Amino acid sequence: MSRALKRQLRAIGLWVATFVLMVIMCVPGLWVVLSAFRPNREILAKPPIWIPENPTLNNFAKIFGIGDAQVAIPVLSYFWNSMVIAMTSTIIALFIGMAGGYAFARFRFRFKNSIFLGLMLFRAVPGIALSLPVFILWSRMGLIDTQMGLIIVYVSLNVPFTIWLIDGFFRQIPISLSEAAQVDGCTRWQAFWKIEFPLARSGIAAAGVFAFLTSWNEFALASQLTRSTDSKTLPVGLMDFTAQFTIDWAGMCAMAVIIIVPALILTFLVQKHLIAGLTFGGVKG
Amino acid sequence: MIRYFRTRQAALTPLLLLMPAIVTMLFVVALPLVFSLWTSLTPYRLTRPETIEVFIGIRNYVRIFTDDDFWAAFGRTILFLAIALNVEFLLGLGIALLINKITWGQRTLRTIMMFPMMFSPILVGFQFKFIFNDNIGILNNALQSLGITDQAIPWLVDGRLAMFSIIFAEVWMSTSVFAILLLAGLFAMPRDPLEAARVDGCNAWQVFRHITLPFIMPFAFIAMTIRSLDVARAYDIVQVMTDGGPAGRTELIWTMLARVGYENARMGQANAMAYVSTILSVAFTYFFFTKLIAARRYMGGAE
Repeated sequence: MSRALKRQLRAIGLWVATFVLMVIMCVPGLWVVLSAFRPNREILAKPPIWIPENPTLNNFAKIFGIGDAQVAIPVLSYFWNSMVIAMTSTIIALFIGMAGGYAFARFRFRFKNSIFLGLMLFRAVPGIALSLPVFILWSRMGLIDTQMGLIIVYVSLNVPFTIWLIDGFFRQIPISLSEAAQVDGCTRWQAFWKIEFPLARSGIAAAGVFAFLTSWNEFALASQLTRSTDSKTLPVGLMDFTAQFTIDWAGMCAMAVIIIVPALILTFLVQKHLIAGLTFGGVKG
Repeated sequence: MIRYFRTRQAALTPLLLLMPAIVTMLFVVALPLVFSLWTSLTPYRLTRPETIEVFIGIRNYVRIFTDDDFWAAFGRTILFLAIALNVEFLLGLGIALLINKITWGQRTLRTIMMFPMMFSPILVGFQFKFIFNDNIGILNNALQSLGITDQAIPWLVDGRLAMFSIIFAEVWMSTSVFAILLLAGLFAMPRDPLEAARVDGCNAWQVFRHITLPFIMPFAFIAMTIRSLDVARAYDIVQVMTDGGPAGRTELIWTMLARVGYENARMGQANAMAYVSTILSVAFTYFFFTKLIAARRYMGGAE
């Protein structure tokens, strides 16, 4: 076999492998999204209909209770709860994480590594295992089924990882910059806001998106700590569609789209910084 | 004097900065864990609140450790993690090497790979429940239409197939973490040692084994650490796909403790199980985190 042919075969092989891979990665999600825009009849059709023949927004109308819907699921309040809880917990976690990340990036102090490890290990406690004592404590404090109850939990869920990421971003900024500013008369506080914060801003935004998505997607704790439209989030609301024996597939797909779209947009916007943050924070130490 | 004051201040500042983080973690995680430990030593039932004050020692632990169902779920959890993590690592490595070879569209491919990472686990579970459904699922539907099989394969109804299905969902969701971080490692790799090795007559496997692999291992440990922080995400997937069924064949330690705690309201026993699962996760994270630190030292980047 000639060299050129061999090389061409290899190129084709690579191409086919990549194609198969991308299909496996994309098709499951795509199938859910496509199903959200078609009537139930088409979802159940055999053989399968891939491209919707009668695209419709009925599934969305139905879950929002528009038109002749019998089972209106309060998607709007779930969406609102999810937004409020994820936003608030992200902002609080970012402030705590910035302070902590700065401390790890810029100071030497006793037990530094142990404290870092300790924070990570607290993060490792499985959500469902943590939910048991939190459920008992929160119900005694009246925090069950409140947005506040979930916000507090999510802040603690996000703080360790936010610190990890932000620590990495601050480390990439040469310490000499802020020292120069301090020589020129800035206090350390001013130097932080004028020099280091603007430079680390995109990284901090990426950490924020990561925290937001963790809260947005969380299920194990939310499913036990929420009860009603007062605090139920979208992932918990998704389970409303599973009645005892039947599942409203079309409605569920529509709701899935509502959960996916904000997550995908945010991920797309910050993906570059996210990868940089994960690797620099981790490897350069 | 001024110098003394300065150093005192310098020692206090980082602790002050860390205080909010530490307080949050103590209040929301450590305190509940202490409470959980106490509860696991009582026969506490949600239906009988006064039972939380009865101390019964380690009887809950004795009971779960002598319970075959618990050990079955525990073993299944270990098996599940071992298979899922190894497949994710190997597959992620393969994907990273593949994309590293490709000269066009690397960034687009990387973007596509990020998407499964951002799916809510509950959505991943739902998505595969929909796809693997024996009756209306697209997988059976497609297989039947292509004439590969004329029967409905009971993906989520048969015990073994159900286990396969949840592992598949888990791998689908988490392989990207490995692929993306290993790819970042490959991108960051210096070219010189590779060329030097080739000049010295190393074959492709030797180059990979002795140069590429050691270089990207720290990136693999980052991925492992990140994964180990939330291995229990699998709870969401199993909860929605099979709820531990059929007949408990996919029951993992997490679904079991949720069932005992919330459905049977036996909080004491559930907290004992929760402790076992917590120790499992923490040990796991500790292991990979120390590996990561060691790898960093090896790379000469520590401190």
